[in-house]
Amino acid sequence: MGVSSKLGNLGVVTTTVEQAVNWGRTGAMWPLLFGLACCAIEYMSSQASSYDLSRFGMELNRATPRQADLLIVSGRLTRKMAPVVRQLYDQMAEPKWVISMGDCASCGGVYNNYAIVQGVDEIIPVDVYVAGCPPRPEQLLHGILTLHEKVKSERIADWA
Amino acid sequence: MAVATQEGSVEAQRRWEGSLDHLRGLVSERAVTGETMLLNMGPHHPSTHGVLRLLLELDGEQIVTCLPDIGFLHTGIEKSIEDKSYEKALPLTDRMDYLSPMSNNMAYAAAVEKLLDLDVPERGQLIRVVCLELARCASHLVWLGTHAIDMGAMSVLLYAFRERERILGMFEMLSGQRMMGSYIRPGGVWRDVPDDFLPTLKGFLNDFPAKVDDYEALLTQNPIWKDRAQGVGVIEPDVALAFGMTGPALRGSGVNWDLRKAQPYSGYETYDFSVPLGEHGDVYDRYLIRIQEFRESMKILGQAAARLETVKGPYRSQNNKYCPPLRSELGQSMEAVIHHFKLWTYGYDAPDDEIYSAIESPRGEIGCYIHGTGANKPRRVHFKTPSFMHISALPVVSRGYLLADMVAIIGSVDIVLGDCDR
Repeated sequence: MGVSSKLGNLGVVTTTVEQAVNWGRTGAMWPLLFGLACCAIEYMSSQASSYDLSRFGMELNRATPRQADLLIVSGRLTRKMAPVVRQLYDQMAEPKWVISMGDCASCGGVYNNYAIVQGVDEIIPVDVYVAGCPPRPEQLLHGILTLHEKVKSERIADWA
Repeated sequence: MAVATQEGSVEAQRRWEGSLDHLRGLVSERAVTGETMLLNMGPHHPSTHGVLRLLLELDGEQIVTCLPDIGFLHTGIEKSIEDKSYEKALPLTDRMDYLSPMSNNMAYAAAVEKLLDLDVPERGQLIRVVCLELARCASHLVWLGTHAIDMGAMSVLLYAFRERERILGMFEMLSGQRMMGSYIRPGGVWRDVPDDFLPTLKGFLNDFPAKVDDYEALLTQNPIWKDRAQGVGVIEPDVALAFGMTGPALRGSGVNWDLRKAQPYSGYETYDFSVPLGEHGDVYDRYLIRIQEFRESMKILGQAAARLETVKGPYRSQNNKYCPPLRSELGQSMEAVIHHFKLWTYGYDAPDDEIYSAIESPRGEIGCYIHGTGANKPRRVHFKTPSFMHISALPVVSRGYLLADMVAIIGSVDIVLGDCDR
């Protein structure tokens, strides 16, 4: 049972709490089942058979923000929707991360007008920006792996 | 502490009751007295297909009133187009109905062509038909997967998206982009199909009918599916017509109205296909119609693939006032360079006139109204989109059904909020 049966005859593995926790956090990140516009369709493509996000422990989308720890803002954020997204972010439990998927979420994209928030970072902190209109699933995967690298480098002293 | 919480909740209750005044007349008096329950569904809800918010008044589980609240994805596309030349507005149209960008391109391009009185060469029309029918399949595949997930069948999405990736691969071949290709442009299409497109299309046509049979094997005779879908969300033909519903949602009620037959565009009159019609107007009929439309699209694509080999010639209008000259001409003809420069800087003038033209998108009639100014920018561009009509019919369609039926009804009329809010 436990580590000894998993590791066979490798003996003892030493690590730090920091590394072990960060490894756990990257291995099973639960994204919020949330989509705004076109990018949400590419996000669904990433979830579906061809790109299969469950390879990264992300097959479980939670519809409630209280069970999610990754918010992928996929699509253009309108001024009417902005308070909702802020509330969803506030309702997520720590630790939580945000990926801004696509040009519209990152900077307003092609819509420099009265209706669109010029970047989701105006209302919530963003960890990784993914460019593209919409980004290919490969680009989103790259963004997720970039986030993993970021999480792995988090220090115990910074944990809230 | 407990008292404070109590007072806080009383205060919250008072605020909430105060806000009910705004709903007087919209919901029944029983909701104000607390006899029925008001439930907020969305804008963050997995089954509203985007950011639709519904305020539901429930008597037990039965829907008494349904108030749709739209605009959570209002992007200002129509207003933005007023500040762009006709060609440069095209990429914005992709992003309205993001499940079938090609149809939006076509609706806009057809309207601009009507305004300019511009003809499209036969090969251009042919490539457009290929794109539109592939877009119809891609859109219906997303509908099938998400509709099935809404109703509890989880695996269908994985199969549907597997085939959709192949269609997106073909779009990428044509336009260089998986979804937002901006491939169909006023005057024709951006470029001719690449050499490896036709074999890929034929391979897809060869495989896809068997895949549709697979979807049917999963759902059509599935007793759970039938229980959830049959007799639910019945739309009477007169209701559908009164709300201006179009597409499969209208044809599910047995009304024979398909713009590809009724007002043929892009040469649809020369293809042999039929328009599937429903009998009962319920969720199940609308499902069957879209499955049938896969097969009809395959028929059209088969005929179009055969023509792609024989019909040669230009793929976009050779009127260089409106369409760019071939790239190969730019090195040899000064006139071509001038046309090219003029088109990509200023654009072209369109008459001071108003026109409306409509096409059959996967969701229904998507129409484009353009009011020109005589200069290079339109005074007003407006899109008449099917999702808006379908959402407006939801209150009538959903009345009396159960809360769980609501997601089935939303899925079956196939709304896209980008299409509705724009």
